[in-house]
Amino acid sequence: MNVHEYQAKELFRAYGVAVPEGELATTPAEAEAAAKRLGTAVTVVKAQVHAGGRGKGGGVKLAKSPAEAQQHASDILGMQLVTHQTGPEGKLVRKVYVEAGSDIARELYLAFTLDRATEDFAIIASTEGGMDIEQVAENTPDKIHTEFIDPNVGLQSFQVKKVARALELDAPQAKKLETFLMALYRLYVEKDASLIEINPLVVTGDGDLLALDGKLNFDDNALFRHPDIAEMRDPDEEDERERAAHEIDLAYVGLDGSVGCMVNGAGLAMATLDMITVCGGSPANFLDAGGGADKEKVKEAFKLILRDENVKAILVNIFGGIVRCDLIAEGVVAAAGELGIEVPLVVRLQGTNAAEGRKILAESGLDITSAETLQEAGERAVAAAKGA
Amino acid sequence: MAILANKDTKLLIQGMGRMGQFHAKLSIEYGTQVVGGVHPGKGGTTIDGIPCFETVEEAVEKTGANASVIFVPPPGAADAILEAVDAELDLTACITEGIPAIDMAKAKRAMRGKKTRLVGPNCPGVVVPEQCRIGIMPAQITRPGPVGVVSRSGTLTYEAVDQLSRLGIGQSTCLGIGGDPVIGTNFVDALALFEADPETEAIVMIGEIGGSAEEEAAQFVKDHMSKPVAAFIAGQNAPKGKRMGHAGAIIAGGKGAASDKMAALEAAGVAVSLSPAKIGETLAAHAGLK
Repeated sequence: MNVHEYQAKELFRAYGVAVPEGELATTPAEAEAAAKRLGTAVTVVKAQVHAGGRGKGGGVKLAKSPAEAQQHASDILGMQLVTHQTGPEGKLVRKVYVEAGSDIARELYLAFTLDRATEDFAIIASTEGGMDIEQVAENTPDKIHTEFIDPNVGLQSFQVKKVARALELDAPQAKKLETFLMALYRLYVEKDASLIEINPLVVTGDGDLLALDGKLNFDDNALFRHPDIAEMRDPDEEDERERAAHEIDLAYVGLDGSVGCMVNGAGLAMATLDMITVCGGSPANFLDAGGGADKEKVKEAFKLILRDENVKAILVNIFGGIVRCDLIAEGVVAAAGELGIEVPLVVRLQGTNAAEGRKILAESGLDITSAETLQEAGERAVAAAKGA
Repeated sequence: MAILANKDTKLLIQGMGRMGQFHAKLSIEYGTQVVGGVHPGKGGTTIDGIPCFETVEEAVEKTGANASVIFVPPPGAADAILEAVDAELDLTACITEGIPAIDMAKAKRAMRGKKTRLVGPNCPGVVVPEQCRIGIMPAQITRPGPVGVVSRSGTLTYEAVDQLSRLGIGQSTCLGIGGDPVIGTNFVDALALFEADPETEAIVMIGEIGGSAEEEAAQFVKDHMSKPVAAFIAGQNAPKGKRMGHAGAIIAGGKGAASDKMAALEAAGVAVSLSPAKIGETLAAHAGLK
């Protein structure tokens, strides 16, 4: 789960990580009042959306007076902000963060994450702040320092010193880095973060360290023990269909093709997209109905798939293990009846109670194309979507 | 032989809730020796003929169990894994989906140098055809034979096994290693076990997007494997930055794409199937099996 920059900074502040003063605003007037209260010569008005590259897209602007902050806020609020992470349609900006301007001497990069290869926590640090870190990794890998942390021992002082050296900090700054990193580490572990990224981390003219930006992702699997974090979810930032799927415990990702998919299991669901592509078609979505798929869930899944107007055919691909094919078949028949599905339906049932399931479909009198193998399922669904 | 388990495996069920009980029954029907269950508050009772205990330690003392399967819900699952490790079981397979990554990172570190092998979490378990069923796989689709199957997925494993069985090619062991970022047994571990198993002649591995386990497997095949390997990578058409159902299935930071994994495997001499419908045929052709 992602949160906004202003929420990340609230958490940083609560843990003692140094951040500039700032306030959230949802109207230009609020932005002006915030800039006045901050009282610094320069303030920064920053669009609050879940996407990187906001500055380049025109979502971050410097203001030299409260009136100018008001003007920038009025430009940014309500805009469709397009960045390299939003897609061409952009994201509607509903909130801005008004922040005190900082005197920047150096821009650094800092992140905490779980390194999948070593299965340890890792600090990633670089002197090349304010840039796309993936590009830094590609072009100048020697400018990236990775410090691995044993999750059962935790971040040690000597490791902070190594990071300070890699960041070319002087002795007083290194001391500040210790407070800074220890606080971030506590936040990472106590709140089950999956990524903390500060880009840039700045050294000010006075030699202070400040988190100028803040990106925080949390482990969805751990939200059950962090109701305070779960509450930070901003439904406006999520794809509407993905959110609806989440609410009924289905995994759904919208794509831009014409064959709607309903599958049990994430691996088979991904493979079904691949099958459709191999057969010359294009999938409209990824949908994993999960191990507990039953009649009600099948119906909800159909509703979700049918919200997409590009869908010209639906492929149901079930390999029953825990899931029983006869229950899925009942769900398909019930949903087809209740929802009045008008696009062609191709159903492939294998595994537990597959024969019973196929019988239910055959006896339903509905116009359902049955398939035995994955190959047949793909071919028939693609042909149906093309109107063949 | 086979790997990880056989007809002599004595299995405990950790978490005798609805799902644990249901799959215990199926495993017993398949011929597995299910010797006990562990569930808080159920110690001293018997469920469907299975004696239940409060701790794994006591269950091992009383039954001689050497393996377990974990159905404990996410908040207590890492604890259950460490309890199995503490009791020095040979094998524990964790079926639970949704364990916090930090819990798993800590548990995995704590397991270093210990005797117990962990399979999973977020996996379907292990089946040795006609000998032993640990977990939730539909064992009826398997048949005994020379092919080892290892996969990050559940239902896609069934698909691959079904393709092999339909071609008349049986399996030595079918193993789902799980879709999470931190797992106990990875591809390299499984490949090494299959390479050393005299009953396994060829291997099917099924990967997916995210992480670099397939690339590491490719390197291992190149350096250490004499047996033929066929592979399929799910998610060739997955968009970047989106989690595809599994916690670990995400192309992030320009890493983990299917195309990179397929190229690495091909370069290592692995026969890679483009189509998920041709996994069995690809293996048969590559290994000269029919």
